[in-house]
Amino acid sequence: MGSADPERTGGYPSSWERPTVFYSKNVKYLVYGAIGLFVLWSAWELRPSPARLIGGADAATSLLATMFPPDFTPEARGRIWTGMVESIAMSIVATAIGVVISIPIAVMAAENLVPRPVYYVGRALVSISRSLHELVLAIVAVVAVGLGPLAGVIALVIATPGFFAKLMAEELEDIDEGQADAIRALGGSPVQVLLYGVAPQVIPRMIGLIIYRWDINIRASTIVGIVGAGGIGVTLLNSFDRYEYDFSLAIILAIIAVVMFGEILSAVARRRVQ
Amino acid sequence: MLTITDLEKVYPTGDKALQGVSMEVDGNEVVSIIGPSGAGKSTLIKCVNRLTEPTSGSIVLDGEELTTLSKKELRKTRRDMGMIFQEFNLIERLTVMENVLSGRLGYMGSWDAFRRNFDDEDVQNAYEILDRVGVGGMENKRVDELSGGQRQRVGIARAILQRPKILLVDEPTSALDPETSFEVMEMLTEIAREEDIPVLINIHEVELALDYTDRIVGLTDGEVVFNGTPAELDENARDTIYRSGKSREETGTESQPQSQNESSSSGISDASKEKSF
Amino acid sequence: MSYEGSTTWRKHDGRARAIRYAAIVVAIAITALSWRALDIQYTFVVDAPRNLGDLLLRMYPPNLAYGAEILPPLVETINIAILGTGLAILISLPIAYIGAENTTPNAVTYALGKFLIVGTRSVNVIIWALFFVVIFGTGALSGVLAVAFRSIGFVSKLIAEGIEEIDAGQVEAIRAMGGSPLDVVVYGIVPQIKPAFVGVATYRWDINVREATVIGFVGAGGIGVYLDTAINFFQWSNVLTILIAILGIVIVSEVLSAYLRKKVS
Repeated sequence: MGSADPERTGGYPSSWERPTVFYSKNVKYLVYGAIGLFVLWSAWELRPSPARLIGGADAATSLLATMFPPDFTPEARGRIWTGMVESIAMSIVATAIGVVISIPIAVMAAENLVPRPVYYVGRALVSISRSLHELVLAIVAVVAVGLGPLAGVIALVIATPGFFAKLMAEELEDIDEGQADAIRALGGSPVQVLLYGVAPQVIPRMIGLIIYRWDINIRASTIVGIVGAGGIGVTLLNSFDRYEYDFSLAIILAIIAVVMFGEILSAVARRRVQ
Repeated sequence: MLTITDLEKVYPTGDKALQGVSMEVDGNEVVSIIGPSGAGKSTLIKCVNRLTEPTSGSIVLDGEELTTLSKKELRKTRRDMGMIFQEFNLIERLTVMENVLSGRLGYMGSWDAFRRNFDDEDVQNAYEILDRVGVGGMENKRVDELSGGQRQRVGIARAILQRPKILLVDEPTSALDPETSFEVMEMLTEIAREEDIPVLINIHEVELALDYTDRIVGLTDGEVVFNGTPAELDENARDTIYRSGKSREETGTESQPQSQNESSSSGISDASKEKSF
Repeated sequence: MSYEGSTTWRKHDGRARAIRYAAIVVAIAITALSWRALDIQYTFVVDAPRNLGDLLLRMYPPNLAYGAEILPPLVETINIAILGTGLAILISLPIAYIGAENTTPNAVTYALGKFLIVGTRSVNVIIWALFFVVIFGTGALSGVLAVAFRSIGFVSKLIAEGIEEIDAGQVEAIRAMGGSPLDVVVYGIVPQIKPAFVGVATYRWDINVREATVIGFVGAGGIGVYLDTAINFFQWSNVLTILIAILGIVIVSEVLSAYLRKKVS
């Protein structure tokens, strides 16, 4: 194509390479290659045998066949109702207690309100609470206090600061310092500063967060029963153990309905508060 | 070169954006379209390469009727029409070089396009054009690091690298400050002359149209109300273009036939004369 | 004038205050009712802190030797998260495409997209795991599928939002130059959604590491299987070791994903 003729093209280079965030093209391919290999290796480690996949297809068809239609007989509805009421009650109690525990942790985790060492303790508590899945907390709680909704409530209470105290601390860090200073200038004690200088600024936000956390706790309360911590999850696990998959489907549909209803309710309530 | 006849565009909302527009662009002339906002200037430009589908009428480029082209044929023909946009429409997160070379996409296979496997000759030309538009050495910068003026230069480079038969330019300066606007217009028209291609340019500022274009088409309410040289654009003609839309509503129909006549005597008859040659 | 203003303001304040108090009373009443509904014996509540404390005492100190033993299941947990996220992204791309207002072909596909997004999101990972264990038996395969299906809603929703925010001008430019539909995707769309895409992938992977720690409770692989076993055999110091390990990988993946998201913007 005569592309190599420097006369005609005025000596401009005929190739161009896209700059990369890596040091060079080779490093880029090396990194991509390494990631690719790692994923392949992961897949290889977990590889299923063909027999299992084929067996899976059979199992899936029979599962679907048993699942439909979902079991919504009056007796089933009664059991779903009982379990669901327990789940929702757990979520409400856990939110109430969880929020009460979270507020001091939130203050501790707010950089602008407390001394450094306290701040680090607060952040650590938040991190631990966030990192452990509700079900991990629930399985430990069941060991400690036995099967039943108390274990579920404890699990959800412990999980609450990870979300609530974290976001609450961020709100506290965003407050207008002038108002807190005004109370300090009046000679207010640290508690008075919190009550009059800080609280009025964050309470609307806090109510929004409480509703939001309650929404999350509803979701969690429907599944902690799978490790025995009360609520509809217990009913669900039993139905699986007894191969009553049509009942399982009914329960799952009920859970979806409640979760969505909670989500809508929480969205509407938060909009009205803020 | 480009002949537009009786072009109509009615939007689904019922808005008549273009009503029987006829005009021509010939040889290597720079033709500007001026008119108040909402007169249909952008619609007209975008109908030419069918980014907006015209409702009826005909557009002929180099002997080829554009309005009836199939999707595939249209893609092929679009390669012959370089377009420069008001908001630049560059791929913000890619480098300047990739943007300029994207002008060749119509000529490349999809796989090569995906791998950024551009032709050697295109790469050389891209370097050269970047130099010509005054952003040489910036090929490895990401477009979102550039100023508005630099972006529009890259936009021009991209359009030129297409080696188009005509340049369609949609309000190239309305996102730029006045000084940069003049620079960009200067460069745009100069390059078009060097490449020996005509330009159809839709422009908001009348001053720029007067300074840089060979012929001016005035559009009001989707109709051509003026067509002539910059010298012919007197006070009267300006009034027709910029006030007639308003006066039609406010002072009733009296002034309308007059201005219509005026414009057709000065402009449209010119165009039809040219056509008959 | 100012006097009038102040009375109306006070009146309004009084009503708002009454509503506020009523809301607080109702909230307290509902909480009390819920407590009653749970039917928890008071003595259990009193004993709960002591029981938790006892348990922690029994767990301490962690069994460090056991740490080496749980390395393979920890790696498996991370693998489940990676493969589950990858699979979720593959499944999510078409769903995001039909779930985004500006790319979906018609109203029916849009509704289908929205339905898939909301539906998969509402079912918890552990429920998906129950299903896949019934289908494919215990093991990591069920875990990967559970994590993947759980993630579809989240991933497609965020990618769909990324697609909806696309600047149409860049797409228009590629079309105007005669680019093929594929060119439009590669040049017009991909560069624009790449940051959102990388963000979603790493963020979801981070969440999935956490999710992958629990699916083992129903036999779907990962560290959860070992935690379940250790509890069933009352190996308390092993339980603490596992809890610390979980804490470790979750925090490391959180930091890593935050770093990656910051890098690609």
